[in-house]
Amino acid sequence: MKRILIALGALILLTLPASAGIDETINDATAPIAKLIGQIVFFKIPLFGADLPLVVLWLVIGAIFFTVYLGFINVRGFKHAIELVRGDYANPKHAGEVSHFQALATAVSGTVGIGNIGGVAVAVTVGGPGATFWLIMAGFLGMSTKFVECTLGVKYRNENPDGSVSGGPMYYLRKGFSERGMDGFGKFMGTFYAIGIFIGALGIGNMFQSNQAYVQLNNVAGGGLDGFGWLVGLIMAAVVFSVIVGGIKSIAKVTEKIVPFMAIFYCVFALIVILMNFTSIPAAIGNIFTGAMTGEGVAGGAIGALIIGFQRAVFSNEAGIGSASIAHSAVRTNEPVTEGVVSLLEPFIDTIVICTITALVIGTSQVADPGFAGDAKGIAMTSAAFERQLSWFPIPLAFAGVLFAFSTMISWSYYGLKGWTYLFGESMRGQTIYKLLFCAFVALGCVVQLGPILEISDALVFLICVPNILGLYFLAPIVKKEMNSYFARIESGEIKKFSNV
Amino acid sequence: MTNRILLAVDGSPGSGKAIKFALECAKNSGAKVIVAYVIEWSPYSFNTPEENAERHQRRNQEIDRATSSIVDPVVAKLKKAGIDAAGQVRHGHPAQTLAELAQETDASQIFIGRLGETGLKSMIFGSVAANLVQTSSVPVTVVP
Repeated sequence: MKRILIALGALILLTLPASAGIDETINDATAPIAKLIGQIVFFKIPLFGADLPLVVLWLVIGAIFFTVYLGFINVRGFKHAIELVRGDYANPKHAGEVSHFQALATAVSGTVGIGNIGGVAVAVTVGGPGATFWLIMAGFLGMSTKFVECTLGVKYRNENPDGSVSGGPMYYLRKGFSERGMDGFGKFMGTFYAIGIFIGALGIGNMFQSNQAYVQLNNVAGGGLDGFGWLVGLIMAAVVFSVIVGGIKSIAKVTEKIVPFMAIFYCVFALIVILMNFTSIPAAIGNIFTGAMTGEGVAGGAIGALIIGFQRAVFSNEAGIGSASIAHSAVRTNEPVTEGVVSLLEPFIDTIVICTITALVIGTSQVADPGFAGDAKGIAMTSAAFERQLSWFPIPLAFAGVLFAFSTMISWSYYGLKGWTYLFGESMRGQTIYKLLFCAFVALGCVVQLGPILEISDALVFLICVPNILGLYFLAPIVKKEMNSYFARIESGEIKKFSNV
Repeated sequence: MTNRILLAVDGSPGSGKAIKFALECAKNSGAKVIVAYVIEWSPYSFNTPEENAERHQRRNQEIDRATSSIVDPVVAKLKKAGIDAAGQVRHGHPAQTLAELAQETDASQIFIGRLGETGLKSMIFGSVAANLVQTSSVPVTVVP
């Protein structure tokens, strides 16, 4: 333990000088690489005056395909998903294992984050109110993608000798392709995915989060934390360290308990603000629909609004990235389909409920006072919309933002860890090295200008959609077969409810 | 009516008294005793991904520990006295799970000690014995 602490200390000391100079060096060195990777991954095709990144198109086509191919599982499975989460089908003899509710809650904590608060504001600023419509649509279609991912995650996971489980896209890609006689290709895809999720975990799941948490704290402090990024970074790194390396479960427990309440708290006050703006509600909703169809004032018109909406939705609910599949693999069930069904609630909660509420808070404020936010963008714009009605709200909002960032970091530390163990094996020593690296990046995130590094990680996370969705297409027939068999057995009464309520 | 008693234990002095009482009753009536221990657990808690991944392992450890340190000694004690006894360890909400176990094992009554919850905790959460009296579908004997 002592050695680990020394190592962490050394790593953090290494990050400190970053605030003075190394920052620029890193940026200068990585900028051309970032630009190149970004250009490849987000390669854009001009379409009716808007630029459509191919990777977004790839995700959207996938989501539409799975929705149609599986006969609108996102609608058909919805009621059953709620029954499963409620525990209606839970065998009391298996009590003590991870429940469907717990798996869902864990995965939702990982996805509900800054994107739900700030990302929506970006979407509305760039894509106009119409982007909200497409955001909801993307959430709706994304439910089907999640279903496929999470079903496969459970079906192809590894059970380790010690009884723990490792699952996720790297496992279903490798085993799924191997089953179809494409052993080498499967290995390549699995490894590719593992590398991508590992690096993505250090960027989107880590530096971006700690950076945004710092920015929010600094905003609330009125700029009082300027130049103290290293201190905030060290504190955050220490807290993350104590949870993921020190195994201090109580901090994680507290966060995991507070985050759902924060999400509810956020939604309740958002609804209050929307109601306080009640005279603007019809106009705001009208704007969402007309904006979606006409794209008035948006570059690229309706198509432009569509692209922005879809892109933000993917950023927020991660459908197609495959990360949630790693979290859902932990559930012990004989029916992989049940986990898929439960997971389709995730884009629903994340995108259709929380993002839409945020969009309405901003939308109704805009109708009432078009210039309400001034120059504020992103999370600051959302904050300004709340502040119009509830002057004290920016402080709890910043607090919520920090907690969201923290829980996202904890979740992503695990996703990255699974990528790492897939590549380097399950040895404890290797895992500790990874965790230390993760903590160092938390500190780093508050200190460096994120620009190029974030672009690389961003691009990589989107890049892993390519193998992931390709794998989903290949394995979709297996999912369909399992799904039909499962629902037929529900229909026939072979699978019964345990609680007769 | 079956001649089977569900005996709820938790390793506390209170449950020691219930064990003694069950032993006497079973001796006199020739009843079978099912010794039950419930590990408090809720399916609606919030966990980290890592906790979820390790859950199966932890669950087995928890069950093993409860079986060897709490349930098995009681079963052995009863058997030594010539009573037909078996053990059960399960996760869940204590009172509710005990009531379910009674139904499952076809027990005709439940014996439970006052499980030593006092003060603030029982004021907020209620005591297991009191909750069991409210939810059980078979007679419950609370041993003071």
